[in-house]
Amino acid sequence: MIAHSFIDEAPETGPAVSALKAGKPVETAAAGPWRLMWAKIVRNKVAVVAGIIILMLYLIGLFAEFLAPALPDTSRPQFTNAPPQELRLFATQPDGSQQFLLHVTGYTMSVDQASLRRSYVIDESQVVPIGLFVKGAPYKMWGLFPADVHLIGPLKTSDTMYLLGTDKLGRDLLSRLIHGTRISMSIGLIGVSISLLLGVVLGSISGFYGGWVDMIIQRVIEVISSMPTIPLWLGLAAAIPLTWSPLTVYFVITLIVSLFGWTGLAREVRGRFFALRSEDFVTAARLDGSSERRLIFRHILPSLTSHILAVVTLALPTMIVAETALSFLGIGLKAPVVSWGVLLQDAQNVRTIANASWLLIWPAGAVVLTVLAYNFLGDGMRDAADPYES
Amino acid sequence: MQTQDVITERQSDAAAGDVVLKVQNLSLDFRLRTQVLHAVRDVSFELRRGETLCLVGESGSGKSVTARALLRILDKNGAIASGRVLLSGKHGDIDIATLNERSPELLKIRGGRIGLIFQEPMSSLSPVHTIGSQIVEALRLHRRMDKKQARAETIELLRQVEIPNPDKMIDRYTFEFSGGMRQRAMIAMALAADPEILIADEPTTALDVTTQAEILDLIKRLQVSRGMAMLLITHDMGVVAEVADAVAVMHFGRIVEAGSADAIFHDAKHDYTRRLLGSTVKLEQNQRATTHAEPAATTREPVLSVRNLSKLYGASAGWFGGGSHAIKAVDDVSFDLYPGENLGIVGESGSGKTTLGRLILRTVEPTSGTVTYFGQGEPVDVTALNKRQLKTFHRDVRLVFQDPFASLNPRMTVKEVIGDPLVVSGKAKGAALEKRVGELLELVGLDPMAMERYPHAFSGGQRQRIGIARALALDPKIIIADEATAALDVSIRAQILDLLLDLQKRLDLSFVFISHDISVVRYFCDRVAVMHRGKLVEMGTAEQICTDPQEPYTKSLISAVPNPDPRHKRMMHRTRFTA
Amino acid sequence: MLNYVIKRLVYMIPTLIGMSIIAFTIIQLPPGDYLTSMLASMADSGANVDPGQIERYRQIYGLDAPMWEQYWKWISGILFRGDFGYSFEWNRPVADLIWERMGSTLGISLASLLFVWAVSLPIGIYSAMRRHSVGDYAFTLLGFIGLAVPNFIMALVLMYFSYKYFGQSVGGLFSPEYAEASWSWGKFVDLLAHLWIPIIVIGTNGTAALIRILRANLTDELNKPYVVTAKAKGLPEYKAVLKYPVRIALNPFVSAIGWVLPELISGVTITAIVLNLPTAGPLLLRALISQDMYLAGSFILLMGVLTLVGMLISDILLALLDPRIRFN
Repeated sequence: MIAHSFIDEAPETGPAVSALKAGKPVETAAAGPWRLMWAKIVRNKVAVVAGIIILMLYLIGLFAEFLAPALPDTSRPQFTNAPPQELRLFATQPDGSQQFLLHVTGYTMSVDQASLRRSYVIDESQVVPIGLFVKGAPYKMWGLFPADVHLIGPLKTSDTMYLLGTDKLGRDLLSRLIHGTRISMSIGLIGVSISLLLGVVLGSISGFYGGWVDMIIQRVIEVISSMPTIPLWLGLAAAIPLTWSPLTVYFVITLIVSLFGWTGLAREVRGRFFALRSEDFVTAARLDGSSERRLIFRHILPSLTSHILAVVTLALPTMIVAETALSFLGIGLKAPVVSWGVLLQDAQNVRTIANASWLLIWPAGAVVLTVLAYNFLGDGMRDAADPYES
Repeated sequence: MQTQDVITERQSDAAAGDVVLKVQNLSLDFRLRTQVLHAVRDVSFELRRGETLCLVGESGSGKSVTARALLRILDKNGAIASGRVLLSGKHGDIDIATLNERSPELLKIRGGRIGLIFQEPMSSLSPVHTIGSQIVEALRLHRRMDKKQARAETIELLRQVEIPNPDKMIDRYTFEFSGGMRQRAMIAMALAADPEILIADEPTTALDVTTQAEILDLIKRLQVSRGMAMLLITHDMGVVAEVADAVAVMHFGRIVEAGSADAIFHDAKHDYTRRLLGSTVKLEQNQRATTHAEPAATTREPVLSVRNLSKLYGASAGWFGGGSHAIKAVDDVSFDLYPGENLGIVGESGSGKTTLGRLILRTVEPTSGTVTYFGQGEPVDVTALNKRQLKTFHRDVRLVFQDPFASLNPRMTVKEVIGDPLVVSGKAKGAALEKRVGELLELVGLDPMAMERYPHAFSGGQRQRIGIARALALDPKIIIADEATAALDVSIRAQILDLLLDLQKRLDLSFVFISHDISVVRYFCDRVAVMHRGKLVEMGTAEQICTDPQEPYTKSLISAVPNPDPRHKRMMHRTRFTA
Repeated sequence: MLNYVIKRLVYMIPTLIGMSIIAFTIIQLPPGDYLTSMLASMADSGANVDPGQIERYRQIYGLDAPMWEQYWKWISGILFRGDFGYSFEWNRPVADLIWERMGSTLGISLASLLFVWAVSLPIGIYSAMRRHSVGDYAFTLLGFIGLAVPNFIMALVLMYFSYKYFGQSVGGLFSPEYAEASWSWGKFVDLLAHLWIPIIVIGTNGTAALIRILRANLTDELNKPYVVTAKAKGLPEYKAVLKYPVRIALNPFVSAIGWVLPELISGVTITAIVLNLPTAGPLLLRALISQDMYLAGSFILLMGVLTLVGMLISDILLALLDPRIRFN
């Protein structure tokens, strides 16, 4: 038989732990859900970097006119498909000394008589001085306030600076890319807002009423989500009459893109709505005498919003890619509107890319960077969306 | 730390008492995000052939991870920090703690020499493989058998664990089994390779009390007949008393006391053991009989009257002549609740007791029958109330939930949670609200300063107190407590029950106390109604139901409840009910 | 089981109807109708237009009838006579044009699906079992990039690299010398040499998505008690993982057909346009730009049907794989 033994000490009051990291634990007892989520996101460094990148992209889009060195559609036929120029800090003075001078070097152009193709060679002797906050081509900020100051540009207006090269009409790719940022980023934002509206409204109706209303909405969602999206987008976008104004086309394209993006959101909202409705704390609130409205707005929606935000963030890049794809194929946005997709339209065949690879690299890079940043941010948000799961 | 030997009595009985497994100074560490949890510290015990050691403790005591460490199946973030696990063999002891994770020796021990049974038979068996294939696999791993032999042996094993029609059941999937049957299959699997040691980790916690009795009975018989050593892990002192030869009490990772079952139950030395026993044994008495001398007088007017209440599920769904498939969740139930009375509703899972509670509140609509509430003024027919009138009714009759985690909105502060009914009914706001919430918190034994905190900052017991405060906010007359203490550890459970009794005295409440736990009901209630398959089978005073049940079902139920006294084991000679 | 299949088939009907309505809407969307376009093209080519002839056509095609009647005419033609309408651009019935193109679309989609499965299964299992290892992080990063690069951009980039480093143009499915040749071993090898770029381009997105799903699912399953049971039984770890949780984590793998297939078909469409593959994509785009709507609408409808069939197959496979679905 076993010996009777015991520890002759008072019972302990808590589990034995030893801290891994120095520093006192964060006080979370009185921290609200948003603060907990924020703390969780901030711990995720990748998501933070992604968030900063996205913020920067929106700022670029917002101040496109000021940030772009030139106007997006000023073309200089003498500089078609000119390669990027390198921004240099020091220039060699005539006496041979190095001196600080922000500048780019000019080109010398030669035309191959046989193929009539132009080629450009960097000419070290041509120094084009560059300045910050220079007067350049006049523009209207946000279409409202006339101005002519650009963040960066050649000091002399007659000089040219093509940091990212030019396209086949001799337009500055950097300026076009910056203006394209505005269109592409905003399409994502507007598109996702429409999707969100459709998704949340239809999803909540579906989740709230249940029954045959739910059935019909579910069927519609099923039909839409089982159609391959690109053929559908193509079909709808191709129906846009050529005579419509660029602005109308912009909105219609946004609408088309979001028309098929809401289903995922609606599913998410409906699913969570159903799950939350049967949660004990919602039943408790109902027994506390809460009206249906109070139940939804005070108890259910606050638990949903963070999840919705995460899903929205993950849905945004799809919208941007959709616009880019449509414009790339020539049935989305059209000149004079500039978006990343419109820019990529210039890079459709191998020969062009081989001659002017910057026409592919920069717009494609912008798209990939944006999508990547959104995905990382969205992932971080999704992980933080429920700060109460262990 | 100082260990005292109290009794140095050793049985020199040969074969039966041979030590087969020795755990020496075992310590387990778990790496969490910011800290290391020393889940098990310096634990030592021995397992002997033919004997049962019960490792008992509340949640977080480290009892389960200790068992897992013996088979080296800890989660990835856990590791054996120090200590030895010596398994005796023909060629001397093997130290399991030092074996390589992938070594064939370890694989041979797992399942081969040590069998393991888990708490949750549903999730412990693969849902996409048949029961048979999972047992066959265990057989073929450890015993040289071809498929045909293994299948025959599996059927034999299923027969031994008393599964009816084993030759048919072998090809069924887990979801086609009931909870008890699943656990039997699990036992068959653990016994497949004829191990010397059986570890049972809370094997009956997920089961109903009558099923628990059967499974414990089965395990015990198999252990004795096969001469296995058994390590049984449980939080239930009743179970310990029924099956243990030796007991080790764990608290926050240490064995605070160990000894023979009799010594632990009747000569406990450590404060924690006494506390644990105290809260268990306490529940074996009827508190109401001592504090509330006056028996519920039937001459008085009831405060709530339930007549012929029924709920059918699945009846309305059929255009194809349904109704025959309808399930009667609650079947023609009638009872009265008197002012100041605690009425217990007892039943096993699926008996309809929870549905009954929901029907009274009409969060589930009854199919037929009436509920009459005698509040101030005219009696109210609850089943005929419209939405707005129902709200008034819900102010007087409140619900306390089972799950203290799910029933509080994690996104609201305690003040908002408790204040919600007050705000909605327009009874208080601003400073008055704050004052009232403070009072309520004090009433349930919490610090009013804590009202700005969120629920995640509280423990399970504290959260349950918050839930009770919310129920009390509107000065109710009746509280329906639906398994309100089921999710709590036994010591916390006793505290919450005492709190409720105290509140009742001060606030003149009536309780409908729904529970599967007979001892809790016995402690808390004046009268008890026993439910079985939707029907109310017996009703009487708590003492009468618990000591002198009349109906066969009640008899089997009561006799299946383990008695926390090894000198008076109850389950082994229990009454069985067959319906 | 048979009941289950029948139930799935019945459920497909409203979805099919919905799809056909969408396709029909797209056909009807451009301003004017079939005859307006025909008139325009006849006027362009300087042919004489006979008003009486027009009127007769109007009646034959029921162009003045209400929308639902036109819809019925169109859909019944497809259902009962296999008549998808007439392509005025090609001057041939649509049915003559689509089948070959749909066949190659299906072929490339299936090849991509196999690629997606073959790549994501081992990587997903590896990533879940060796969470937070260097390999896991590398695959996760690759997965993110795979998700972030749109098909057509990847096609352009691969085209560029292939042009730059191999000096070959990668458009099409065959080299010119094999394009018209009959099937031979050489032609098959040539096909494979051309096929890898579209398959990688089309499959990358789905592969990346599936790796993430499998990793997440398997990670969940690995923590389930039945895995511990299997280990406690004495199964070696790799067997315990492969036999139990992987088996269950395969569910999303199979049901992935349902959502990967639409994406693959989408991917084939746009990739084929960039890489100039003889699938439905380029023809669809051309039909849309020239407003050859019956041809375009038929493609859209058939692509939808294709994904629906894929979903049906995935549902049936899923039921075979998981008894819980089969029995409910």
